[in-house]
Amino acid sequence: MRRFSGFAVAREAMRAHKGWGRQWDSPEPRSSYDVIIVGAGGHGLATAYYLAKEHGITNVAVLEKGWLGGGNTGRNTTIIRSNYLYDESAGLYDHAVKLWEGLSQDLNYNVMYSPRGVMMLAHNVHDEQVLKRHIHANRLNGVDNEWLTPEQAGEYCPPLNISKGARYPVTGAALQRRGGTARHDAVAWGYARAASARGVHVIENCAVTGIRRSGNGQVTGVETTRGFIGAKKVGVVAAGHTSVLMEMADVRMPLESFPLQALVSEPVKPCFPCVVMSNSVHAYISQSDKGELVIGAGTDQYTSYSQTGGLHILKDTLEAICEMFPVFTRMKMLRSWGGIVDVTPDRSPIIARTPVPGLYVNCGWGTGGFKATPGSGHVFAHTIANDNPHPINEGFTLERFTTGRLIDEAAAAAVAH
Amino acid sequence: MLLIHCPYCEEARPEIEFRHAGEAHIARPADIASLTDEEFSRFFFYRDNPKGITFERWRHLHGCARFFNAARDTVTDKFLVTYPAGEAKPDLVEAANENAKGAT
Amino acid sequence: MTASTATQPNRVDGAGRLTPANPVRFSFDGDTYHGLAGDTLASALLANDIHLVGRSFKYHRPRGILTAGPEEPNALVGIARGAARRQPNVRATVQEIHDGLDATSQNRWPSLTADVGEVNDWMSPVFAAGFYYKTFMWPKKAWDTVYEPIIRRAAGLGVAPDQPDPDRYAARYAHCDVLVCGGGAAGLSAALAAAESGASVIVCDERAAPGGALAFETDARIDGQDGHRWATETAAKLAAMDNVRVLPRTTAFGYYAQNFVALAERLTDHLDEPAPSMARERLWQVRAKRVVIATGAIERHMVFANNDRPGIMLASAARHYLNHYGVLIGRTVGVYTANDSAYAAAFDLKRAGADIAVIADIRDTVDPALLEEAGRLGIRVLTHHAVVAAGGKLRVSSIVVRPCRGGSRQVIPVDALIMSAGWTPSVHLFSQSRGKLRFDEDGRRFLPGEYAQDCASAGACNGAANLAATVEEGLAAGEAAAKAARPKATAKPLSIKAESGGSWDGLMLGAGPNPEAGKVVKAFVDFQNDVTEKDIRLAVREGFHSIEHVKRFTTNGMATDQGKLSNMHGLAIAAEALDRPIPEVGLTTFRAPYTPVTFGTIVGHGRGALFDPTRRTPMHESHERAGAVFEDVGQWKRPWYYPRAGEDMAAAVNRECVTVRKSVGMFDASTLGKIEVVGPDAAAFLHLIYTNPFMKLGVGRLRYGIMCREDGFIYDDGVVGRIAEDRFHVTTTTGGAPRVLNHMEDYLQTEFPEMKVWLTSTSEQWAVIALQGPKAAEVLAPFVGGLDLSKEALPFMSVAEGTFAGVPMRLFRMSFAGEDGFEINVPGDYGRAAWDALHDKVAEAGGCAYGTETMHVLRAEKGYIIVGQDTDGTVTPHDAGLSWAVGKAKDDFVGIRGLKRPDLAGGGRRQLVGLRSKDGSTVLDEGAQIVADPNQPPPMDMIGWVSSSYWSDNCGGPIAMALVEGGFDRMGETLYVPMPDGVVEVEVRDTNFWNPDAESDNG
Repeated sequence: MRRFSGFAVAREAMRAHKGWGRQWDSPEPRSSYDVIIVGAGGHGLATAYYLAKEHGITNVAVLEKGWLGGGNTGRNTTIIRSNYLYDESAGLYDHAVKLWEGLSQDLNYNVMYSPRGVMMLAHNVHDEQVLKRHIHANRLNGVDNEWLTPEQAGEYCPPLNISKGARYPVTGAALQRRGGTARHDAVAWGYARAASARGVHVIENCAVTGIRRSGNGQVTGVETTRGFIGAKKVGVVAAGHTSVLMEMADVRMPLESFPLQALVSEPVKPCFPCVVMSNSVHAYISQSDKGELVIGAGTDQYTSYSQTGGLHILKDTLEAICEMFPVFTRMKMLRSWGGIVDVTPDRSPIIARTPVPGLYVNCGWGTGGFKATPGSGHVFAHTIANDNPHPINEGFTLERFTTGRLIDEAAAAAVAH
Repeated sequence: MLLIHCPYCEEARPEIEFRHAGEAHIARPADIASLTDEEFSRFFFYRDNPKGITFERWRHLHGCARFFNAARDTVTDKFLVTYPAGEAKPDLVEAANENAKGAT
Repeated sequence: MTASTATQPNRVDGAGRLTPANPVRFSFDGDTYHGLAGDTLASALLANDIHLVGRSFKYHRPRGILTAGPEEPNALVGIARGAARRQPNVRATVQEIHDGLDATSQNRWPSLTADVGEVNDWMSPVFAAGFYYKTFMWPKKAWDTVYEPIIRRAAGLGVAPDQPDPDRYAARYAHCDVLVCGGGAAGLSAALAAAESGASVIVCDERAAPGGALAFETDARIDGQDGHRWATETAAKLAAMDNVRVLPRTTAFGYYAQNFVALAERLTDHLDEPAPSMARERLWQVRAKRVVIATGAIERHMVFANNDRPGIMLASAARHYLNHYGVLIGRTVGVYTANDSAYAAAFDLKRAGADIAVIADIRDTVDPALLEEAGRLGIRVLTHHAVVAAGGKLRVSSIVVRPCRGGSRQVIPVDALIMSAGWTPSVHLFSQSRGKLRFDEDGRRFLPGEYAQDCASAGACNGAANLAATVEEGLAAGEAAAKAARPKATAKPLSIKAESGGSWDGLMLGAGPNPEAGKVVKAFVDFQNDVTEKDIRLAVREGFHSIEHVKRFTTNGMATDQGKLSNMHGLAIAAEALDRPIPEVGLTTFRAPYTPVTFGTIVGHGRGALFDPTRRTPMHESHERAGAVFEDVGQWKRPWYYPRAGEDMAAAVNRECVTVRKSVGMFDASTLGKIEVVGPDAAAFLHLIYTNPFMKLGVGRLRYGIMCREDGFIYDDGVVGRIAEDRFHVTTTTGGAPRVLNHMEDYLQTEFPEMKVWLTSTSEQWAVIALQGPKAAEVLAPFVGGLDLSKEALPFMSVAEGTFAGVPMRLFRMSFAGEDGFEINVPGDYGRAAWDALHDKVAEAGGCAYGTETMHVLRAEKGYIIVGQDTDGTVTPHDAGLSWAVGKAKDDFVGIRGLKRPDLAGGGRRQLVGLRSKDGSTVLDEGAQIVADPNQPPPMDMIGWVSSSYWSDNCGGPIAMALVEGGFDRMGETLYVPMPDGVVEVEVRDTNFWNPDAESDNG
């Protein structure tokens, strides 16, 4: 792998950048692999990378139906934070944030992790109680999160309306300074390049159509649009399509897939210094390096694989944005789009073995998977390599829906991911 | 915004009048107290989540307020048929033919 | 020449349609200019010979006006109407001028002609596509402190508004038989055909005037008259019909499921001084039985070195400026084309007095008729020649022309260059409707293929070859749509004859034959984002082979024009580099909106007070008059506390709390959810819905009930009164009212449909006053009719009907404070009168009104839970110490099975206990976490959290409730609450803080 650096860019500038090679190989699939990862989004590519890097398993293929990073990785609003309530969640997401902090250097790819601070707003007494519960739990878990008064919140984010006359005035905020954003495409490309450099095959335009098992139920490989490919282990990391893929191995999932929309504004000069989220006035917003305001909407109410949603959802979201930031009504929506998010009953992911030997699943990230990408890939690689979870993902099993030991961030916190 | 035909009001109305209510045809077991943990989990948490035709429940909340079922294609978001709660799953071939007739 | 045109050097007498020529004054970058009424900012600037209007995104290259329409990537300006009405990134080609229009160029400092950011252009060899992914990684910390801030400052275009928007925005919903998107020849024909058959029609067009391309195609004849005149008259005729609505300045920007189309109508941006009552923009949400898409086609530029110099523009745009606005864009104009339609532009410009320096046509063979006409006009045509470079910086000054096969270069001086590579059908709406595009190999363009919704495309967007075909397709589509929407209507088919010299072929895509390929130049594909041909080739070289990857890596097509000019070129260059056919490389998805739409348009009325409805109880004005401070609880405004002179919140709450227990207090409980449950099976139904037994509840008795979902966690709680054998009065939490009713309806309608029960929400029918305290009965008695308030006749937890001051009343004897007390339900309309009357008596008795905070403290003193505060969706009735409320003998209720799951039934549950701060003074923070060992390092082992915590004057100290692991077995244990400024020691105790030793018949 050609090393990326300012020096290399300068040298290439002298010769019209003719010297850059492919960032990842696009090989023909082998007849079999030690591990096949289904889904070349950020989580799947990260899993392959850590399998190679941490566990020395390099005979790995990542199969992608379309183009890598084309699912939720390339469609999300790139928010990163780890101020979750439960120990399990805080452990998982903070593991990810720690990896984010060194990810550009680790991958030799600038993923533009920008710890610009994530501020979650309170608008009433209940919000304050919930956010403070998070702050206290985070502090004891070693996760940064601090309380701001409305005035401090307004200082941290000048466009924020902290007027007491607002329909739902801001009564305070929880700020995680290490939270922020990253460049979503770069995450997928950086992992693909780094995994490829370690021998992993990233195979695009290769849809999995079946999961083959032996007589005793053990996974033996996958049927694909490019033929059968053998594998000792298969990890499904297919977000919204998880139910469809697991069905191929007769595994029914506690999942539902919903449309989730987002939008960006036209690019403007820097005017929004951080990430702001509000649960009561439901919306979240940040500004990208390009200058676009990046705004997330809620899910539509019905399950769907259409990657589209209703205009009224965007309307609700923009109403919330303009309520919190009345200076933005003249801003223009440039582009809107939809993704498919897979949601578990407790809104926490499943990173686990399955009832089928050799079949593993990493899913259920709902609306908040991007932030976990490095941590998710890291612990899922561990789970596949050892056929046993990493201590960090021990709680994120399928069994919890039988025992009742849920990790119910949504119920406990009433906070959007 | 979807346009949904309420089988009670016999009228197509905009989606904002309705509330989605999850997968249809999952009856609460009469002997729920005697289910195993596994059976209860399947009943309460596990879902088909198909890519294609789904059977789902809706409530015409801001209308007649009644629950009904629908068959909808989750790829196109097109409804094949809606029908009152309690009725058996309909014949979708017939429903498709009916739709085709209505479209001409 | 009039006085006004005297100052507009490029305005041509007798050309264009801006008559009468009413002068309009506007400013650009602080200088005042004149234009004419009807001008766009672009045409007015060009009339003043101003081509340079902006700077590009990345390289800060000087940029001019490229187009005459909404596809414009370059000429973006800021428009201000006072300090609060600043709009960034306005396309000068769309903005109509009005007196006093104030426009400013963007992305430059200190000035448009001398921009420091130009350093980026010199550095451009380094700044190739995606260079930032490869660098800025060392030292690690420098990314967010140094590199990123610099990149951010350089990026962006205009400046965001920094003041609240004083304008308002409107919204309309509409239904119609036929919606026609586009008011050009095809759209008007379709609208006419549909309207004549009686269908209800909406036709919209993004421009101020109808006609589309007819604005510049002066050789078009329709129905025997000039094309543009036909369009104007047809639009007027349509507008006069009762069944038609014509919407100018209205963009169909989004095509959603089931023929739901969103339109943005711009109402005031073109006016001198809009009346304050006018909305600025309006969102139309149209549900159409049929949609006709008649969105035309967009001309593409040629890709060659320095093709972005100001003065270089699309041929159709130059023709538009001349034929519609009477503006000649230059004196010595070069032409570079792969397409016949540029010839018409060249001929028009020549006839208007411009010198056409050359027509360079990359094609070998050209229609002899065109060559003949060129000859007649004295225009030199070089076939099979390419323009390989443009000279000049702030304005094009020359072009370099060379045979496509190579050969000698000719440098030709020009002051403008017009170009045409061909036409791209505007399939955006079709694609948004989820229709599948097909690649037309001959025309080198994507056209509508398989339809997914009830719509049809007509005209140039459908690949129509010429005007006659366009009108024919329009008529047919309109007629078919009307027939489909109204099968029974009959109408005679229309026939309109049309002809024109123009055609809108797809033709050349990508860079074309270039005798100087390989030379390091900037040949722009996407102008605004500074994406060059080389960038696209670099992306392919680096392995970005999907067109989506190419787009994301280079940012081609991601600027504010969303690739209307660049997408097809980019695709063709990528396909060529990959050596694969274009359809295999794919086309990026078209996403709404078609052109950018203000947030205000989408939000409409939903701002400020109308963002969300405010719910007020019938007694609200009395609370206001009493000086109450309110808190938001969902949509409700509830009195939080009633401060008296000099009191802060703590003082007011302490006074209210003590007053209730000493004498009497009254509280507005009207926000509680109320459901009337009626029918022969009402008791059996509640028996299933609540964990408590309900079959044996006597008439006239109350019961505190807990409701779970099937998972066994507390969902809601409330008091239920049995009014009659078959009638119950159910109360829910304030926030829970809608979901509890939904939950009950769900079970009633779908799981227990055989039960004869009817549910009616009565939340707003009853106003509720909680009257609490030792003097409650004494204060209430004078008002009550038909009831004996003695504890024998109306014992604790009972309900009776009577009158309050003559008004029907349901009286609950109950307390959420642990006192003797009542909840007085009167019809909502009498709520305020009852409150005021009662308040007088309460005051006389030394009592007071109290708010939600006091209600919270009083209930906490008794250890009563608030669902949503002391429970959080993970708490069972057993965890909350409410096992007594779970009917042990019941063989079924909602939640019975969920409660038995191993984790819910096992040990180690967090259980609700009381906490006493050992120092006797510290009020714990709600949400604070509890540990057994305060000396461990993070991550600490947290065993619980504080759910409720208050100062209680009644108890003489702080009180708190907490959910603690194994809490019921920890009574008397010392636990710790680590806070940032030290650890608070607490002792675990029961939750009944008030009068814990006395047996109270009110608890």
